[in-house]
Amino acid sequence: MRVLIAEDHALLRDGLIRLLEAHDFTVVEAVDNGPRLVPALVEHRPDVAVVDVRLPPTFTDEGLKAAIEARRQVPGLPILVLSQYVEQLYARELLTGGGGAVGYLLKDRVSNVAEFLDSVRRVAAGGTAMDPDVIGQLLARSTRDSPVTRLTPRESEVLGLMAEGRSNAAIAAALFVTEKAVSKHTNNIFAKLDLPPSEDDNRRVMAVLTYLSSR
Amino acid sequence: MTTLQNATSAPPLRFPRLAQPFVALGLAVLAEIGIAFFVLNVVSVPLIAVWVGIPMLLVFVPCVRWFANCHRTIMSGFLGVRIQRPYRKPPMPGMLMWLRTTLSDPATWRDIAWLLVNAVIGFTLNLLSFVLFVASVFYLIYPFLVWVTPAGVFDEPFGGAILPTLTPLTAFMMVPLGLVAFLIWSAAGERLLRANAFLAKSLLGPTENAQLAIRVRELAESRAETVDTQAAELRRIERDLHDGAQARLAALSMNLGMAEEMVARDPEQAAALLTEARESASTALSELRDLVRGIHPPVLADRGLDGAVNALALTCPFKVDVTYDVPGRPPAPVESAAYFAVAEALANAVKYSAATNAWVQITHEDERLHIIVGDDGVGGATVTVGGGLYGIQRRLAAFDGTLTVVSPTGGPTTVIMELPCESSSLKITPSSGTA
Repeated sequence: MRVLIAEDHALLRDGLIRLLEAHDFTVVEAVDNGPRLVPALVEHRPDVAVVDVRLPPTFTDEGLKAAIEARRQVPGLPILVLSQYVEQLYARELLTGGGGAVGYLLKDRVSNVAEFLDSVRRVAAGGTAMDPDVIGQLLARSTRDSPVTRLTPRESEVLGLMAEGRSNAAIAAALFVTEKAVSKHTNNIFAKLDLPPSEDDNRRVMAVLTYLSSR
Repeated sequence: MTTLQNATSAPPLRFPRLAQPFVALGLAVLAEIGIAFFVLNVVSVPLIAVWVGIPMLLVFVPCVRWFANCHRTIMSGFLGVRIQRPYRKPPMPGMLMWLRTTLSDPATWRDIAWLLVNAVIGFTLNLLSFVLFVASVFYLIYPFLVWVTPAGVFDEPFGGAILPTLTPLTAFMMVPLGLVAFLIWSAAGERLLRANAFLAKSLLGPTENAQLAIRVRELAESRAETVDTQAAELRRIERDLHDGAQARLAALSMNLGMAEEMVARDPEQAAALLTEARESASTALSELRDLVRGIHPPVLADRGLDGAVNALALTCPFKVDVTYDVPGRPPAPVESAAYFAVAEALANAVKYSAATNAWVQITHEDERLHIIVGDDGVGGATVTVGGGLYGIQRRLAAFDGTLTVVSPTGGPTTVIMELPCESSSLKITPSSGTA
């Protein structure tokens, strides 16, 4: 699988390259600044790009802006954004482009190698990978009259994992229940939140997130 | 600066026009009472030589100040002319120190000079205003007076020398006199009061020097507070780093060392140590993240005040409408102060107000940043020492900013903040069109 990396810290960049190459990814290019990023993405069209939010020269949100710009030029270009902190505003900006194949994770998540690789593969496959912190904040936002409060604790848990971009199988594995139980929960959730059921993993995450952030 | 504005624009009087003569009369009476204060002080000063003057001054000077302050209040309350208190504060406590500061304070002598000037000029102006009114009434009802009073009281005006004895009918000759007096009063009455206020302001208000001294005092106080706050903040950061991230990183490197040593002998134990090390690294990272947020929120650095306040609004459990209308970016310290002020105000709303809606409005007018944070909650918010709003007030004071809380019990709450921010300091950033 061809992957492009954008990270300005040499140590982290080398670490990411080593980690991904050890797991059968081919790193086509490793960029260390913002202006080079968009052309590199458009030129290589990698299977997935791992992009740091903060890049030179401005050290602000260059990476995020480049990701959004590249996805505007190449719709559906899979990009996983890594950041030292997660911000709902950015999650929303990434998702509003639509089409899935985006991820937004805390850099810390890289340390859990298996989970990180799972996220990279999920985004490459056109799925979504949202940081649990973002989802947690969104769920915590639910106010008194929000339908989210009608969910049982178990259903909220399932909703959280669903919003991160996990499949029913992955949710079942994470909660140690059968896949059938998970699909029962998801149906209940869709009913309670008035979300039309859909077979597409992506669209259901999008639906959940849009619903949560548009209240 | 406020004083200059007051001098150029005359605010409306704050009482009905018909009360004007009586206010003037009251001020005239007070002006004469002032003579007593003047005499007492003037007598006390030479008596300092025989010590008796000292206790006398200790009593009379505060009396004069009280009397002058009453006038300052009256002037601002009735005439809308704000007069600042110009008095110096003694640098040290103690009765003699107070006496020394007070006697060398020009404001003390200006007060006393005012007592005299007010008793002569102020009294004349006020009495003139009152007499004009009374005369106009008197001559307007002259025929009536002649009619109801017995002969010999009012029917021979000006001593009977100029005009013959009047009957109620011929007394109507006097009415135009009343009209003239009334016209003069209605044209000049307010001006006389204003002249009086001008007199008071020029002597009771601070001189240019005193104004500078007041300003220096304010600046010194706010600087001391800023330094204190900064020092406390640095101590907090140091403590957080020392007890948090630093300790965790030390444990992490210890775990890694043990794992390294154990990896050949007992791979299973080494793996467990590595897991522990990874967890402790994660915790250290998340602690550092919180710390960074407290120092300077990354989103503020990335997106400026607009983006940062919008991001704040997103994390609130209720709906927050953000209106932002500032050309360019304010200087970083102002931006940061404004951000933390909004954050604190919103946090208060979340914690105490039980609001379902809030709004933030940030605009730039008259070289000031105006920030209004409102919610539809239960109200009752106050600025208490040590509280969150007090913290904002101190933070803003460092920039000469102000905070006003309007929060009646039952709501709603509105927090109004103002920060000086000159247009010339607003930086125009390249537009973030991609987002």
